[in-house]
Amino acid sequence: MPINYYIFLSLALFCIGIVGVLTRRNAIIIFMCIELMLNAVNLLLVAFSKMHHNVALLAGDAATTAGTDGQLFVFFIMVVAAAEVSVGLAIIVMMYRNIHSVDVNFLNRLKH
Amino acid sequence: MGITQILFWFLSIAAIFSALMVISSKNPVHSVLWLIVTFFSISGHYIVLNAQFLAIVNVIVYAGAIMVLFLFVIMLMNLNKESEPQKHKWLRIAGAVAGGCLLLVFVAALKDTDIKHQQALVNTGNIGLIKNLGKELFTTYVVPFEISSILFLSAMVGAVVIGKKE
Repeated sequence: MPINYYIFLSLALFCIGIVGVLTRRNAIIIFMCIELMLNAVNLLLVAFSKMHHNVALLAGDAATTAGTDGQLFVFFIMVVAAAEVSVGLAIIVMMYRNIHSVDVNFLNRLKH
Repeated sequence: MGITQILFWFLSIAAIFSALMVISSKNPVHSVLWLIVTFFSISGHYIVLNAQFLAIVNVIVYAGAIMVLFLFVIMLMNLNKESEPQKHKWLRIAGAVAGGCLLLVFVAALKDTDIKHQQALVNTGNIGLIKNLGKELFTTYVVPFEISSILFLSAMVGAVVIGKKE
């Protein structure tokens, strides 16, 4: 597949995530849109790693492992995202316990 | 048009449609379910790209663990359509226009790049198999791997400390 298609698919998913963050007030939905943006970046990294591998193969190196780094970066992004979700959901649960809502507009004055 | 192209277009349309449903559903539980559909279609893209390890990890970690966590939190809070906070109509339109403008700028900047004649290798290439990735992970990237275990431990402690009642 041409790399262009993957670039535009990832851009579309990333921008949908941004629109979600900008238009919703529910903290959990905003969090889910951030996950969507992380996944768009992951998809682009995998596509570029396969492109890099293809370039190395076309250069004549049949046993190349070029492009492995990109997929390992995706693995580490997933690790960090899992840690981020556990802490973020704990913060949202604490916020719900204190103000009985998950509306981010109640958090606009940095007190209480 | 081969089977790969058909799969690519089907998975792309599924991913974008379900991502749009995530941000437009009124009910948070429906948003979570659509997000799971998005993650499955992204996993399908990984399989098309022959990145099998990442496809399995994506299903297990995202669609399995993280989304179950989201669903549990939403059910714990008893959120539904009636209690869903809504932004003002003009703010929502402004957000959609801003995101659309960003997409327009990105597409305009990237449509004439030098790499547009490159191909991403589909169906073949064995760099995405677990043998190759595991060898690289436990030789070159062994220090970041161990550091990420410390990150997990601190995230676990942090979640317990934050979530604990006073």
